[in-house]
Amino acid sequence: MELQTWIWLFIGLSFTLYIGIAFWSRAGSTNEFYVAGGGVHPIANGMATAADWMSAASFISMAGIISFSGYDGSVFLMGWTGGYVLLALLLAPYLRKFGKFTVPDFIGDRYYSSTARLVAVFCALLVSFTYIAGQMRGVGVVFSRYLEVDINTGVYIGMAIVLFYAVLGGMKGITYTQVAQYCVLVFAFLIPAIFISFLSTGWVIPQIGFGASNQEGMYLLEKLDGLHRELGFHAYTNGSKSTLDVFMITAALMVGTAGLPHVIVRFFTVKKVSDARKSAGWALLFIAILYTTAPAVAVFARLNLIETVSEQPYAQLPQWFNKWEETGLLGFKDKNGDGIVQYVAEPSLNELSIDRDIMVLANPEIAELPNWVIALMAAGALAAALSTAAGLLLVISSSISHDLIKSVLYPKVSERQELIAARLAATVAVVLAGYFGIHPPGFVAATVALAFGLAAASFFPAILMGIFSLKMNKEGAIAGMLVGISLMLFYMTKFKFGWFGGGNSADWWWGISPEGFGSVAMVANFAVALIVAQFTPPTPATIQQLVKEIRKP
Amino acid sequence: MNPTANKKNCTLKFLILTMKHKINAHAYWQKNLRYVVILLSIWFTVSFGFGILLADTLNNIQIGGFPLGFWFAQQGAIYAFVVLIFVYIYLMNRLDKHYTSEN
Repeated sequence: MELQTWIWLFIGLSFTLYIGIAFWSRAGSTNEFYVAGGGVHPIANGMATAADWMSAASFISMAGIISFSGYDGSVFLMGWTGGYVLLALLLAPYLRKFGKFTVPDFIGDRYYSSTARLVAVFCALLVSFTYIAGQMRGVGVVFSRYLEVDINTGVYIGMAIVLFYAVLGGMKGITYTQVAQYCVLVFAFLIPAIFISFLSTGWVIPQIGFGASNQEGMYLLEKLDGLHRELGFHAYTNGSKSTLDVFMITAALMVGTAGLPHVIVRFFTVKKVSDARKSAGWALLFIAILYTTAPAVAVFARLNLIETVSEQPYAQLPQWFNKWEETGLLGFKDKNGDGIVQYVAEPSLNELSIDRDIMVLANPEIAELPNWVIALMAAGALAAALSTAAGLLLVISSSISHDLIKSVLYPKVSERQELIAARLAATVAVVLAGYFGIHPPGFVAATVALAFGLAAASFFPAILMGIFSLKMNKEGAIAGMLVGISLMLFYMTKFKFGWFGGGNSADWWWGISPEGFGSVAMVANFAVALIVAQFTPPTPATIQQLVKEIRKP
Repeated sequence: MNPTANKKNCTLKFLILTMKHKINAHAYWQKNLRYVVILLSIWFTVSFGFGILLADTLNNIQIGGFPLGFWFAQQGAIYAFVVLIFVYIYLMNRLDKHYTSEN
């Protein structure tokens, strides 16, 4: 069968499945719309969390980023998995015990203050909107690459699908479609990886394969380090970033993961406290399957690429090279006119430009895998982008209908009206996200780090102290969140957008990059909160009782 | 036994029970905190310790084709995270059972 036929078939089948599930599991009450009725099985919730969590970036870009940065890429691997340990041990069980619908619910009730709730709503909206714009763009890019339609058409199709199942099904619809999406995306990622591992090393398990040796009996990593040195890149297994910066980025990503509202709300959907712990475990296991495969794919792809193109005559390169050259993801400029591809670290001599996404997208072709595998990749990438977009959409809609309208503006609203408001908010959010997907603001890429930094600097400390300290009061928590967010926003806008006088990496405070600054802002949040709490009225006895209550099994 | 004494007796029993609950809840929370501290120290050691701070030193040791520090950063830490959560699930389920049977 033709490649295009395969792709239409796979995408058509998977979309029919998602819509079918959404129709079957449509929400009838606010409880079902916000938390899927609170009866999701921990393993199903683990899969849904994994799909919710792994975005188009995890699926398409992460292996490529690692491929080009080697050891430095470890910050994403450890940072985006280690946060689940914090979630399982410090946050998820207690938030489930608390038993409301959203993160601002917890902050507002625990800190007995509408101001705290509003600050939380603001943070939740800011984090989620930054994220969702990138996801809609991702949907458009995948459609345009695989189906050869316009990127904008791709965004419209994506909007229509997400709108249908998120608005109709709410959290209940999203949860069960995400379970299906996880299965699609993990298959799509593993199958090419297993094929390539077997072809390069004879090992079927990629996690072992990339530490094994090739047919010539040389370890792949040793070979890659050697090639890197020859071409002038830093050795693959050693980093180029400072240890302090790697430490700070990893910490910011871990804590940010644990503080992201669209991840936290997933733990409100299970039946009981012990299930919240269990689903965090399952979620991390399901994520780890992809995250431990990605660095293996990175090594295979990098070696394949260098060996295929470096110092080879341009005229004799395989067909896939020209195909991807047309998309602009690969580029060759014969600077010295010898007709041979020079791929080196030195910019003035380097003749090859490579987009990092190609490491995953072109992998099946580089390894000469059958057409259906390539079609499966397309369905997988779409599943990854759609599932994350839907999860974020729900946070946005519940922030508006529940935290803003029901809890603050019109407490008398009936459940039926609240449900209508939630669906309307979701619709508006999809349209807005679609708009940003079609007209991407230049800062989308730069603000992904901002989303983590903000979550780390605002939610994580406020929730953690809300559970583990009886004494933390509303003044402390609000001051901490405000200082944390402001500091993070200031540092990001200064070094990413050039506001407040701008600056470059030489001006970074203590050499910490904006990506790692979330850790500093988080420490500032803790410090300010603890100091302010010392000098302001203590927490009321009823709230202390509430905290003691959520600590019981 | 006269009614007043009976009533007194009941109140006393109730007080003892509430006290016991409080002590139990306290013990439960302390035990939980101990598990969390121990597991998070391991969490920190495998990732920030072996994967970052000690990575260069550990890279002198080879396991198959992997320099050990690199392996921890890209594989080992993640496996350890998964195991840590499942150990916590096991410990807390045991603790929950113990606590609820005492009440």
